[in-house]
Amino acid sequence: MSRHVLLVEDEPNITEAIRFLLMRDGWTVDAHSDGADAVDIICAARPDLVILDVMLPGKSGMEILRDLREIDELRAMPVLMLTARGQSRDRDMAEKAGVSRFMTKPFSNAEVLTAVRDLHAQATQS
Amino acid sequence: MARDTLTGSRIRERRSIAGLRQADLARQVGISASYLNLIEHNRRRIGGKLLVDIAQVLGVEPSMLTEGAEAALIATLREAAAGAGAPSHEADRVDEFAGRFPAWAEVLAWAHRRVGSLERTVETLSDRLTHDPHLAASLHEVLSTAAAIHSTASILAETGELEAEWRDRFHKNLNQDSQRLAESSKALVTYLDESQEGGDDPRGVPQEEVEALFASRGHHFEELEGGGTDIEGLIAGAPGLTSAAARQVAQVTLGIYARDAQAMPLTEFRAALAQSGLDPVALAAQFQTDLPSVLRRIATLPEGVGGAEAGLVVCDASGSILYRKAIPGFALPRHGDSCPLWPLFTALNRPLVPIRRRVSQLGRTAAEFDCMAVAVPQFMPDFDHDPVYRAFMLILPASGTEESRQDVQPVGSSCRVCPRGTCGARREPSILSEGF
Repeated sequence: MSRHVLLVEDEPNITEAIRFLLMRDGWTVDAHSDGADAVDIICAARPDLVILDVMLPGKSGMEILRDLREIDELRAMPVLMLTARGQSRDRDMAEKAGVSRFMTKPFSNAEVLTAVRDLHAQATQS
Repeated sequence: MARDTLTGSRIRERRSIAGLRQADLARQVGISASYLNLIEHNRRRIGGKLLVDIAQVLGVEPSMLTEGAEAALIATLREAAAGAGAPSHEADRVDEFAGRFPAWAEVLAWAHRRVGSLERTVETLSDRLTHDPHLAASLHEVLSTAAAIHSTASILAETGELEAEWRDRFHKNLNQDSQRLAESSKALVTYLDESQEGGDDPRGVPQEEVEALFASRGHHFEELEGGGTDIEGLIAGAPGLTSAAARQVAQVTLGIYARDAQAMPLTEFRAALAQSGLDPVALAAQFQTDLPSVLRRIATLPEGVGGAEAGLVVCDASGSILYRKAIPGFALPRHGDSCPLWPLFTALNRPLVPIRRRVSQLGRTAAEFDCMAVAVPQFMPDFDHDPVYRAFMLILPASGTEESRQDVQPVGSSCRVCPRGTCGARREPSILSEGF
């Protein structure tokens, strides 16, 4: 079964830690750090799951998420959003835009791993 | 009794509370004990500078010694009742409460004002946290770095067998991130310290601090009369101006006062007032200045106008009150929206047109006032830029004969505590049962 994650995050050391975690769990991990062309990259890669930072150079994670949900083929793609802004209105905004799971920084590795496994399981069942 | 006939009794009461003898108070304010005795028995009227001096010695606001203070107190208590959702039948008994327990009423009013002030501080800080791009970026940097450190450290601590290459890489990352966290935390603390100490971003309620300074001086600054310009010294000697923002607002407001004093020297201005009467337009022409300057100058005369205090309200184009000099009997809400029927706002709707209205503010005394208002551009008009207006309103106790009286416009202080039953300008129901 395919287990491919695309991580869109501009913080290189967070990227490295998450990449390590997921690779150890059997995932193929690709990473991208620029928001401007993130939608094109996701469209081309068609991963099983996207981990998306909110504050990105070029284009915010929130805009990227809205764009993804406009594309028929990507409407159901699981998106785990990571942000340093944990206010309820940011969470509301993300939920309205169609986020699958919302997680605030700093997060624990176990939380990320559990969220990725759960989201993938839900997507494959449906 | 008429509204100001009990001022002397209140002075006597306050003097007793302060534990002062009549002779001591009289000496401190430079009058004879027998004259103070006449005042305290309501046989001599009192106002202007003497009232301010006595209030200062007794440690109270001048308005506390007049019936207007009670009106202001009542208005504040009504605001407190509205805010707490008190039942209307209880809120209606506010006069009785203030009359029977004046000290407790003042405690409640003080607490209400304090809560309002703290709420505004919280709003300021919350707004800052949300909209200050520097603060948001700094916090994002700190949290992202903490996330990287936390994640990397967890891998090192929790992964049993870790390849040397990965381990070295994570150690290097930890070292980088810990340095970054130290730097970004330091930068954040420096930013917060600077904005508290000397930055241009206010953290408190600067206008209230400036207002308190003006009130404590009876809105008159002897140092700035006769060509005095030591504003810096005046600000340095005002410990109540706690923030850089408050000192900046004070600098601007005192600068305006100094310019007014220079344009209309006290002696000449008094003489002109005595000669031509209260005619701000004529006074503006005589001193070659503008109408707002004259209104401000009249409001800050130490002796008042015709022996009575004058009030002043200034607002910007959004209706936000920038300056308040209260007058007994005319309640000026400290927080929240004012009555849109005030001539101040009529002037905003008709820029550059002087507006004169006789108004009656509904309340226990229903006293009448003559208001003169005008709105002028805040800066020199320019092509391709819409003007932004600022409005000024002078408030004077009503005077004149019955024949010369204009129609009296009933106004309120703010909707929530206004008892007017039918008002097209009402924004929200009143908490007073007779109001809605």
